[in-house]
Amino acid sequence: MNSYTAAFAWLFSGKNWAGPTGIGQRLVEHLGYSALTLLIAIVIAVPLGLYIGHTGRGRAVVVPFTGALRALPTLGLVILLALWLGFGLTPPLIALVILAIPPVLAGAYSGIESVDRETVDAARSIGFTGWGALWQVEVPLALPLIVGGVRSAVLQVVATWTVAAYLPLGGLGRFLYDGLPVRDYAEMLGGSIVVIALALALDGAFALVQRAVTPRGVVAGRVSDIRTSTQSPDRKERTWLAPEA
Amino acid sequence: MTWLAGNWPQLVDYGLAHVLLSIPPIIVGFLLSLPFGWLANRYRVSRGVLLTLGGILYAIPSLPLFVLLPSLIGTKILDPLNVEVALTIYAFALMLRTTADGLASVGGDVKLSATAVGYGAFRRFVGVELPLAGPVLLAGIRVVSVSTVSLVTIGSVIGVNSLGFFFLDGYQRSFFTEVWVGIGGTLLIALVFDALLVLAGRALMPWTRTRRGALTAAYGRAQSRWAVLR
Repeated sequence: MNSYTAAFAWLFSGKNWAGPTGIGQRLVEHLGYSALTLLIAIVIAVPLGLYIGHTGRGRAVVVPFTGALRALPTLGLVILLALWLGFGLTPPLIALVILAIPPVLAGAYSGIESVDRETVDAARSIGFTGWGALWQVEVPLALPLIVGGVRSAVLQVVATWTVAAYLPLGGLGRFLYDGLPVRDYAEMLGGSIVVIALALALDGAFALVQRAVTPRGVVAGRVSDIRTSTQSPDRKERTWLAPEA
Repeated sequence: MTWLAGNWPQLVDYGLAHVLLSIPPIIVGFLLSLPFGWLANRYRVSRGVLLTLGGILYAIPSLPLFVLLPSLIGTKILDPLNVEVALTIYAFALMLRTTADGLASVGGDVKLSATAVGYGAFRRFVGVELPLAGPVLLAGIRVVSVSTVSLVTIGSVIGVNSLGFFFLDGYQRSFFTEVWVGIGGTLLIALVFDALLVLAGRALMPWTRTRRGALTAAYGRAQSRWAVLR
């Protein structure tokens, strides 16, 4: 427990929060980078996902591609782009956008695909245009899954910016990298606690958003009842017990 | 190519370390998910608690978890056990939901029939529910395997070396080839693991061979779901 005393002492010491290398500044950097990454990823992936989900086109290309991206080591991609494009924010930003796109994309297309075709057909039959049905019927019903995709991406982005602090850009990962060579475990542990708290807080916030955007009466994105029922007829049904009688 | 030839022994060492670091979390995470996946389907309360816990565990970023673990389990900061435990936690958290879903997908009629012909609870679980949930479980393990192999590289940051070593070393020396070799090697390991899992699945579940694309379909579902649900 000693290490925690030291870590919290580090965490609650005012001088560690102030200044250009303080926790406050690092937190702002981390949140800023993460928000920028997400924004770009959403702008690219949501329209694409809606298109794939709505038309069914391009699915065969995109689905294996997003699967393959999962195998790509994040640290390797970040460093590769940093070596290739040089210093600054752009190289890791590109790497992180690439990593954030698959979850957002998958959320968007699987969200649209999860909408019952009959619902869409019903909307078309009462006069919705294709575009109108997309925006007023499919997107609202798919929204919990779309937000779920963004929620996954948020975790991916917050975690990867921590790792990407290996590059001299700041962010909360800095405390882990700065503490390691000098064996300052209090700083490393304190920094880790901040990152974990941030990730859990953001995940919780997005869980609430996800609940808020679920249209009333819709179970899409909700967990269905767990007790599997049988298809057998009711035992009290006489015909089943004694069909001949 | 000359670098590759000159550093071959080192590459093999780190590649082997990478493989050895990846295997235990995948296996232990899967095995742990079986009883807890069963428990998640048994009671409403246990389901809520377990799936929420899984979601929280999975939300913890990897590098901070590597740093946090020594203080929790009493290891040294550079101990490979930290990485192993952390990756097992992720594998378990990822696998828990798949296992619960897979077991829940077994039809109630089938379970009743098994009970009717004399299967006890345990034998029914092992002999009936587990094989029928097999394709879903396999799809889950494949996702876990790919993620684990990729995450092992982060361990290099805290001195648990794998092919991830070449990322850091390549950056320090501004040497592209090394980073490429690290990425390529990691992808290769992920690919080989995946192929082995598919082969194992075909051998253990011969009935899926006849239904063309059954395994692929389950894998596609698991992949698109895992990007969304945790």
